[in-house]
Amino acid sequence: MIPLELRRLMRNKRTVIFTLIMPAAFFLLFGSSSDYRTERIGDGGNVAGYVLVSMAVYGAMLAATSGGAMVSLERAAGWSRQLRLTPLKPASYIGIKIVLAMIVGAVSVIVAMTTGALTGAELPLHAWIGCALLAWVCSLVFAAFGLFMGYLLPSENVMQILGPVLAVLSFAGGLFVPVDQLGSTFATIAQFTPVYGVGEIARYPLVQDGNLWVASANVIIWTAVFAGGAAWRFRRDTARV
Amino acid sequence: MTTTALSAAPAVHLDAVVKRFGTVTAVDGMDLRIRPGEVVALLGPNGAGKTTTIDMLLGLAEPTTGQVRVYGHAPHEAVAKGLVSAVMQTGGLLKDYTVEETVRLIAVLFRKPRSAVGEALERAGIADIAGRLVGKCSGGQQQRLRFAMALLPDPKLLILDEPTTGMDVGGRHDFWTAIRQDARDGRTVVFATHYLEEADAYADRVVFVRRGRVVADGTASEVKALAAGRTVRATLPGAQPADLSRIEGVESAEVRGDSVYLHGRDTDAIARHLLTRTPARDLEITSRNLEEAFLTLTADEK
Repeated sequence: MIPLELRRLMRNKRTVIFTLIMPAAFFLLFGSSSDYRTERIGDGGNVAGYVLVSMAVYGAMLAATSGGAMVSLERAAGWSRQLRLTPLKPASYIGIKIVLAMIVGAVSVIVAMTTGALTGAELPLHAWIGCALLAWVCSLVFAAFGLFMGYLLPSENVMQILGPVLAVLSFAGGLFVPVDQLGSTFATIAQFTPVYGVGEIARYPLVQDGNLWVASANVIIWTAVFAGGAAWRFRRDTARV
Repeated sequence: MTTTALSAAPAVHLDAVVKRFGTVTAVDGMDLRIRPGEVVALLGPNGAGKTTTIDMLLGLAEPTTGQVRVYGHAPHEAVAKGLVSAVMQTGGLLKDYTVEETVRLIAVLFRKPRSAVGEALERAGIADIAGRLVGKCSGGQQQRLRFAMALLPDPKLLILDEPTTGMDVGGRHDFWTAIRQDARDGRTVVFATHYLEEADAYADRVVFVRRGRVVADGTASEVKALAAGRTVRATLPGAQPADLSRIEGVESAEVRGDSVYLHGRDTDAIARHLLTRTPARDLEITSRNLEEAFLTLTADEK
């Protein structure tokens, strides 16, 4: 089922552009200037590398969210109802959606990282691997977010709502602009927003700085909130349809 | 009835089934048994409870009280075993898949071999558009795709919920040709419809449903008999039903106040008798077609 589902996803041009091409394009636009390439950060990285990791997180996030949010469209189309006339268990359906979200997320991270490596981003070897893996794994929180929103919002184009929401959350969580550049009040608030933890953890192998405990707590709590919300809506959904 | 027929579980068994949604009672004490191999039409107006009944047969809804059995199993078990499948009225398709991919996905879920996909497409008459995106298919083609999906588990019971709604005449004909060809192999078919001609042409048995209850149940020919003949209405104060029934050609008679209703085939003779031998006046002759029988049986009281 997964190969078929992947093929369908790739047929959707919007998904391809937003999750695979846009993060890499953002990096080329905002992160690869010559200043960023010469300014050093951490142990063996440059600022371009720092921006690249943030963009990889952003891409993984978008991919995971849109993967989870597929349930919205499939419910609207009556497809989930059709699947209930097959031996597929509702829980397996959710499992498949999460696996799909994570596969697309992995591709998105690889595309962004490859683009960065070819255009001047520098990271120490352990950070290339560590940042990419962490960006990918932590995006699981957004697979849960996408599922929750997919069940909550009846819209067929749920990503048109979630895309801007993710952009705002990314600003709020210090993914596009480091939080300490925005004043201390803002920096405090940022710690409570869902993108903050993922960004901090993913960049840790490069900067080796910041409070990992706060970031981990952030990721765990938000994952619990979104997964709990998704489970709640999911139960209501299967009871009713 | 033979012993094997007695011991075999009915294809469908509804026992005093009630389904309420809040204060609304959609199905109100439905009893129905369908034998394996029957082709049954569920006929009734919108809101009669046809779709709710089908949802319960498919395990998509649980009855509030009463019991639903499909080949002796709880509906969700029957679905998982591939004993029952359905062609729904609308929806249930993703437009980014091709026709072939959609059927292949269902095949994967039922653990059927790749060859079953081609066979289902062939039987549903859409092998020629296998590579087309679902979003680019016509309504009739999408309906035959739903049919192909329903055929995949090779179900013993096939349920169709108003399957030809929105199809043109040609599409409807092609669709029913495919269904009939398939039913010839002994599959039990239950279809909901409000097209009378469909119930008449394709069902062995017609079950009239009104307000969540079965109000009439018979073979298609019994339904046709119900529809045969005409009715003479006349004003005839003080008439006795027993006297009226003795009039030549009258098959049944009814008295409602000063009006009499006489049903029969030779309504000319009945009218002649009323006008020449009785003080009857204000005669009206109307035909009782299937439409009228349908309306009488299924219309809500005003």
